[in-house]
Amino acid sequence: MGDDVMLRGFDEEPALAGHQVALIDLLDRLLNSGAVLTGDLVLSIADVDLVRINLRAVIHSVTPDDPAPW
Amino acid sequence: MTVAPTRETTAELSYVYAVGPAVPELERTAPRLTGMLERPVHLVEARGLAAIVSSVPEAEFGEEGFKDQLEDLGRLEVIARTHHGVVDALFRAVTVLPLRLATVYRDDERVAAMLAESGAGFTALLERLAGHLECGVKVYALPRPSPNRPSAPSRADGGGAGSGRAYLQRRKAQRTRHEDAAREAAETAARVREVAAAHAVDRVAHRPQQGELATGEGRNITNDAYLVPMAATDEFAAAVRESARDLPGVRVEVTGPWAPYSFATPQAPRVEDGDRRGR
Repeated sequence: MGDDVMLRGFDEEPALAGHQVALIDLLDRLLNSGAVLTGDLVLSIADVDLVRINLRAVIHSVTPDDPAPW
Repeated sequence: MTVAPTRETTAELSYVYAVGPAVPELERTAPRLTGMLERPVHLVEARGLAAIVSSVPEAEFGEEGFKDQLEDLGRLEVIARTHHGVVDALFRAVTVLPLRLATVYRDDERVAAMLAESGAGFTALLERLAGHLECGVKVYALPRPSPNRPSAPSRADGGGAGSGRAYLQRRKAQRTRHEDAAREAAETAARVREVAAAHAVDRVAHRPQQGELATGEGRNITNDAYLVPMAATDEFAAAVRESARDLPGVRVEVTGPWAPYSFATPQAPRVEDGDRRGR
């Protein structure tokens, strides 16, 4: 992926290209944003929310007065 | 075959990565990509839109299997990077709406029905996002070396330096230093925000990063996503870096360019500005 031809505004600045995306930046976007559709029975939004609660400990140090937003 | 395999082990579901316009660029790009479990990627079209989909086994991507995968950080990482790999490759060809992780349908027919149902909203959002990309900007407050750490009164060196009063004075000085540093970092973050906003059309504040995955040096105080016109990306990055150059005590990180993940929801998650959390 690193040597893809940069297209459509993707420049070659070191900080904007090249090395692998940090997992935490990816999870911010994949768990916290992105278009939300209610999928079929399979994994309802509520189920994913449960999973997120389990992930909180890893991604954020959550304290009772500082609940995760998701 | 005398034993029919159970539905459980053979059923296939449709995993959706993104939604985009049904245009030739998308039709050319999708078949070249590799999705979940190294499986191919195909399009499901309806209403001038296309969902980008892989067939996945229910055993691993059904309700139970998926939960197990998401609860294991290693497997979650594989899923997240695969999802992102598909979205990113598509986005280099055409503007798409990335879907949130783990959007699964019973089959492609259900995906088409979903497109038909939500089509108008997708089309409006795609139009708004066309020609833009997302850049991340994170500001970190760097730790400052403190001259002395009065965790306990230091040994008295004759002049009453070890007295309770001297101790309290040192404590106060230290607290003041911390407050000054925090204020300075917050001011810098506000300035960076101002500069970034001038080069962008929208902003979403994500929650500052903490925890064991937050490995960047310093304490993350702002974690923002900006929607930037494609033609202005270089300018955006340069201006943001310049805005914090030579300022002590902070570090600024620009990430991306990203597909417009943070702007793909009609109601993006927004954190109030200046939302300061205690620890």
